[in-house]
Amino acid sequence: MTRLLPFPIVSSCLLALWLLLNQAVTFGHILLGCLVALVGGRILTVLEIPSVRVRRPGVIMRLLARVTVDIVRSNLAVGRIVLGFGRWQRAPGFVEIPLDMRAPYGLASLACIITSTPGTLWVNFDAQRGALTIHVLDLVDEEEWIRTIKDRYERHLLEIFE
Amino acid sequence: MNGIEHLPPWAAVLTAVFLLTGAAVTLIGSLGLLRLGTFYERVHAPTLGTTLGTVFIAAASMVCFSVLESRAVLHEILIVVLGAVTTPIALTVLVGAARFRDTAERAQLGEPVGRALPHAAPGDASAGKAD
Amino acid sequence: MSQLMLTYSLLVAQVLLGLAIGCGALRIFLGPRAQDRVLGFDTLSVNAMLLLLTVGIRTGEALYFEAALAMALFGFVGTVALAKFLLRGEVIE
Repeated sequence: MTRLLPFPIVSSCLLALWLLLNQAVTFGHILLGCLVALVGGRILTVLEIPSVRVRRPGVIMRLLARVTVDIVRSNLAVGRIVLGFGRWQRAPGFVEIPLDMRAPYGLASLACIITSTPGTLWVNFDAQRGALTIHVLDLVDEEEWIRTIKDRYERHLLEIFE
Repeated sequence: MNGIEHLPPWAAVLTAVFLLTGAAVTLIGSLGLLRLGTFYERVHAPTLGTTLGTVFIAAASMVCFSVLESRAVLHEILIVVLGAVTTPIALTVLVGAARFRDTAERAQLGEPVGRALPHAAPGDASAGKAD
Repeated sequence: MSQLMLTYSLLVAQVLLGLAIGCGALRIFLGPRAQDRVLGFDTLSVNAMLLLLTVGIRTGEALYFEAALAMALFGFVGTVALAKFLLRGEVIE
């Protein structure tokens, strides 16, 4: 298993990519896609990427749903800010958040979640102190942002990756 | 204009609504690029277009082609997933570069670097400075 | 009736996306700093990709999808490369 498929997630993604690009689920394309997935997975071993074990698929689905809701909500919020509705006074600023997470894939996922949500932006992670700096477009309460990031995202990511 | 005439009304309306919503969201995001004041604020703006804007326009394309070819055309999902994965990476790298440049510039000017965080984004104050 | 509505909304969507591309281009011209220009380029490439998708719906050609996919990929690679250049290129020699 591990020798034939060193990166099962990447390989299955490659297979899905192949089938979607060809827009066909025929036997021949599945065969070709499996070949692409196998070869692609083997090529990745050259890069010596640390392998990852993902647990709790249920938590992943819940996290994805939550991120989707948050993205829609903050899209509306940022749109309102750009168009100039709402409060006139707006205080953008940096927030420092102490993180418990050290797993590199978990941190990468958190960076993607935070940055792709409009309104928050991953700026820097200090690995020694475990302090994450984010930029918030509409900073009202620093404590609330720290609670939001830690409770909504980090707890689930910790469950998934550690 | 070939093919669109054969769309049933409900599909045409759905496509139109998705298209207009997506384009409007994208435009609002890009307007933010012009209206917001500092670099760190401006980085927030284009994520509107890459999240909801892309989703809506891809959905319009999916509805349109699925009805026209009377089978599920799903390959627009690829663009959505690709955009959702690549944009945060690009923006994070860009913000890292901007932060590095700000710190380096202030170190050159002999100002205290402190927590190495530009709280007032000093680079934007010196507008017009040639890069 | 609904076809007419779709035709017009295609036109409007194209105009809106064109304006969005214009915003990105304006940010590239205005700057003020190099990172703003790179951000403008990133926005411009994403908006151009969306415009290609819209043109694809208008013409009914599936080919535009592939162009949009290539555009998305090149936009990402270009932005990361430019950001890396800013990180290593000029400030500290």
